[in-house]
Amino acid sequence: MTVTQAGFRRRLLARKATAVGFVILAIAATGVGIAALAVLMVDLTREGIGRVSWDFINAFPSRKPEEAGIKAALWGTIWMMGLTAAFAIPIGVGAAIYLEEYAPKNWLTRVIQTNIANLAGVPSIVYGILGLTLFVRAMELGRSLLAGSLTMALLVLPIVIIASQEALRAVPGSIREAAFAVGASRWQVVSRQVVPAALPGMLTGIILALSRAIGETAPMIMIGALLFVPFTPDGPLDRFTVLPIQIFNWAARPQDEFRVNAAAGIIVLLAVLLTMNAAAIILRNRLQARSRG
Amino acid sequence: MIRERLQEIANERPVVAPAQRDAEPMSAPAAAETVAEARHLSVWYGDFQALRDVSLSVLGRRITAIIGPSGCGKSTLIRCFNRMNDLIPGFRTDGEVQFEGRNIYARGVDPVEVRRRIGMVFQKPNPFPKSISENVAFGARVNGYVGRLDEIVERALRQAALWDEVKDKLHKNALTLSGGQQQRLCIARALAIEPEVILMDEPCSALDPVATLKIEDLMRDLIRSYAIVIVTHNMQQAARVADYSAVMMMAPDRAGEMIECGLTREVFTNPTDKRTEDYITGRFG
Repeated sequence: MTVTQAGFRRRLLARKATAVGFVILAIAATGVGIAALAVLMVDLTREGIGRVSWDFINAFPSRKPEEAGIKAALWGTIWMMGLTAAFAIPIGVGAAIYLEEYAPKNWLTRVIQTNIANLAGVPSIVYGILGLTLFVRAMELGRSLLAGSLTMALLVLPIVIIASQEALRAVPGSIREAAFAVGASRWQVVSRQVVPAALPGMLTGIILALSRAIGETAPMIMIGALLFVPFTPDGPLDRFTVLPIQIFNWAARPQDEFRVNAAAGIIVLLAVLLTMNAAAIILRNRLQARSRG
Repeated sequence: MIRERLQEIANERPVVAPAQRDAEPMSAPAAAETVAEARHLSVWYGDFQALRDVSLSVLGRRITAIIGPSGCGKSTLIRCFNRMNDLIPGFRTDGEVQFEGRNIYARGVDPVEVRRRIGMVFQKPNPFPKSISENVAFGARVNGYVGRLDEIVERALRQAALWDEVKDKLHKNALTLSGGQQQRLCIARALAIEPEVILMDEPCSALDPVATLKIEDLMRDLIRSYAIVIVTHNMQQAARVADYSAVMMMAPDRAGEMIECGLTREVFTNPTDKRTEDYITGRFG
């Protein structure tokens, strides 16, 4: 291969130009996303921030828009998230540990694996129908928080399992060997070395899963969450509503005042979501710092 | 020419001061007595035969080196002594590995029990991403050791010649140590459960020459109380540290075979197999 100096120079310029071109393209792509988010935030804030107040958070829904609040929906969402996490995390993490650390690698586990991946892509309304049939009717839980959170737990379970499996897979095999070599049983290897090392990664997956759950509306409508709730739930068997449904309800009203309420509701929902994510990220960074010294 | 080279390599072996060998603790295995033994051991991974009819005695308070070219089954062999290969799917054996009067591959033998008695140090330092003391104490903890853990940690770190370097930072993360220190920490971790035999699978291959020499000194020190088996593809290292050497080769079907075994000096200066001579002098491998 012969390359003349002049030819090389010319090509080099072309190569550099291509590189610059792709950087611009990448920045533009990022910009579209950020701009869309910014427009949304600005628009929402302008419309709804005036409505966000202690009274708004602490009032039940009302026919008069200026007196309506999100107390019932906010409490419903908090209950819902707590129960969903309580069901989805132990089952999801447990399934991931079994599949990664214990299950033999054969056709059966491959089938299960493929199905979990498929379940992650099933539309949420389908889970709603499943929840309605299984929890509300067959198990006679009624249109309760328990039925809702079990449905939501099913919905996010594949995400928790897949993310936890990724985190476990990222733990180097040498750590397992080291633990086995000093006479640890498989359970000791898993519980004292592998899971602690995978915990930050698992947390990331759990954050993602719960973030998805907090915004889901369709399955909750299917389950029959209420549209107008003048009380906060006292226990898991109570009827309930959640923030997205309250927002949906307000946004569908013809009066402009209710739309302002919807915007304010969205601001509260986003605030809850971001607080949850921030807490989880701080927790994860702490764990990571501990394992890196 | 070849003879000279062999002589040269053999001479790298340091003379161990007799006084050093006198200070033998009572609990240590009797010197030069077989503590573990592979008998006609064959190993398969699925359909692939990795070892064929290998026999090797591990002697108490002696260092046994397993040498040979890449892929000849050295690691497979050493990992048979603490049943680490059990973790690999498709692994099966024929023949026996005797330890404390029984075949460790017999039915009813728990590999966890075997690994508590036969410790291991790996090729790449693999400390847990936890504090230095937690690393050392882990084995004692999982095995339900009764006693003061901090005493166990100090004793093991002293034995591994690491105590003075880390005594002020026992609660620091083990990953902050240098590679050589990490490997000595891994040795300390293996020592903390007071095994009978320590297996070392190329313990110096990821280390610089200074750290390597430190580990080798440490090994000569440790055989006052332990039997050591070391896998190495570094001929000089075998010559420097090992009392006994076993040479392995790959058969045409890629199964590992043992072609020579004996006193290191004998193996290096007077090999019985032509392939040993070729390998040691660097003609191949």
